[in-house]
Amino acid sequence: MTKGHRMVTESSIAPRRRRNTIEMRERRQALGFITPAVLGLAVFTVLPVGLAIVMSLFDWPIFGKRAFVGFDNYVTLLTSSPEFWPALRNSAVFTLLYVPLNLVVALGLSLLLGPRIRGRAVFRVLFFIPVVTPIVASALIWRLVLQPDGLLNGVTVSLFGWELPNFLVDQNWAMIAVVAMSVWAGMGYNMLVLTAALEQVPTSVVEAAQIDGARGIRLIVQVLIPLISPAIFFAAVMTIISSMQVFAQPQLLTGGGPGTSTVPLVMFIYNTGFKFQDLGLAAAGAWILFVIIIGITALQFRAQKRWVHYEH
Amino acid sequence: MSTETLRQTHRPAPLSPATAVEGPPGGRRGRRRGQPTSRGERLGLIGAYIAVIVAAVIFAAPLVYAFFSALKPSNEVLLAPPTLIGSEVRWQNFLEVFSFAPFTTYIANSFIVSIAGVLVVLAVSATAGYAFGRLRWPGRDIVFVLFLGTLMVPQEVLVIPMFVVMQWFGWVDTYQSLIFPWAFTAFGTFLMRQFFRGIPFELEEAARVDGAGPVRTFLQVILPLAGSALAVLAVFTFLNYWNSYLWPLVTVNDYNALGTLPIGLASFATQSGTRWDLQMAATIISMIPTTILVIALQKHLVKGIATSGLGGR
Repeated sequence: MTKGHRMVTESSIAPRRRRNTIEMRERRQALGFITPAVLGLAVFTVLPVGLAIVMSLFDWPIFGKRAFVGFDNYVTLLTSSPEFWPALRNSAVFTLLYVPLNLVVALGLSLLLGPRIRGRAVFRVLFFIPVVTPIVASALIWRLVLQPDGLLNGVTVSLFGWELPNFLVDQNWAMIAVVAMSVWAGMGYNMLVLTAALEQVPTSVVEAAQIDGARGIRLIVQVLIPLISPAIFFAAVMTIISSMQVFAQPQLLTGGGPGTSTVPLVMFIYNTGFKFQDLGLAAAGAWILFVIIIGITALQFRAQKRWVHYEH
Repeated sequence: MSTETLRQTHRPAPLSPATAVEGPPGGRRGRRRGQPTSRGERLGLIGAYIAVIVAAVIFAAPLVYAFFSALKPSNEVLLAPPTLIGSEVRWQNFLEVFSFAPFTTYIANSFIVSIAGVLVVLAVSATAGYAFGRLRWPGRDIVFVLFLGTLMVPQEVLVIPMFVVMQWFGWVDTYQSLIFPWAFTAFGTFLMRQFFRGIPFELEEAARVDGAGPVRTFLQVILPLAGSALAVLAVFTFLNYWNSYLWPLVTVNDYNALGTLPIGLASFATQSGTRWDLQMAATIISMIPTTILVIALQKHLVKGIATSGLGGR
């Protein structure tokens, strides 16, 4: 693989011994270089994962006595917890609304902000600022915007005389408000991922398609989208994973309400663990979430053969 | 390949077409290929501009509104019909935030935790990346695969047991618990390894021939070359720590002493829902460092995301 190995075999016996001690030293030093990371991962990832498995099999209050209960936590969640299935449904609804909307807006903007648009760098920065803004700050801003006397309702009333519903406490609108805010906050990331992919499309390919008569929508749908489908796939996988983990947006916008209509899985896990202090049940919920994420991701990888085109 | 482009990420000099600053109107740059010539194309371009500007207004409106709300007297934030500017412009709202809540503490905590987090992540990622990318040792590739495997576990699965680990360590309500649990992500190690592998081995051989061991080679030859990769990792690590909400919510009970900015903002919202003016001032303040970072790095944004896949979410 490297010069060092060849030199070992070529050198005579006395230098070989020296070479070996050098290699031994390198191994020892490699151990030194790797130890902090290995220790850290062992303590802060491997240990918690193992612990999470154990905890999910226990009745494990924050303070007080633990008791082994086997798979009871899982059974409780799936059969008798009144809030688990609604949380699962909320997460599913959020994902189904959020991911397509996010991708469509991101793709639309990345296509629009092509080389023809002057000052597109400024626009990109603007669309990206919400991505790096603390999600708590974004949620608070949107809480103000969506208030009955906030920006949105105020504008529609004074311009058109439309009185809008009170989004954050309305059964039908609360989830839509959470989705809209999340698209605003997260879309810029995918926009840049897709922009980067579009910039790698060779001009010759686009020009050839144009000479063949592909323009406008046809050029986009039949040439550009297939060419950047690996990036779209990547964006879709990552966005679905992150949407299954949504927490801060509903927590701060609606508090999960009205009722439990905007409580997603992670908020359910958080509430179960830290509000109701049942860490065992929460750990079981986290494992179910993990299995769902892995399952969806695996499904996507299987489905990608149908629509993702790779160059080689 | 990815390391090659990553290295370019922070090289300021040559401007590629992708990141080039737009030239003066009518200048030679403006007359690039693909500029519209026919009437239909010109209409298309006008349509594209209109769409971009409408989208920009929609995206900017909440931020602008938040900013102007932060300057209003508190009883004028929610008014029908809405106003942009209140009866007076109260810049003092931005100061009042600091006396209304322990906001100085929140900001200080956020900086302490974020900067310490960045330092730990850089040190651990660089050393481990060097061991994986440049040194030979038995079992290296197996250990590396195990490292990458840990990336599959989402934070949400770890939060519950991590809290118990913090209880065991006695770290609940300490800076350590805000910094260490998420500083050992295999992602940084992976990024640094990829970068280090792109450095020519001859450089290192030369140092070795001159008698430098791995430690000196790492510190004096490899690390000085890694500035751009370390910068990318530092920026995104900083953003992650600065913005993180779920974990501080779990591990901090004493908000007045250990609250970070997101925690402070959120507690604002529940304790003082009526003071929208101060809440918005606090919100704007919390955005300043992240916005500065993005504007400073805007030229590298597209490439950095394309090559590293970083971005925080």
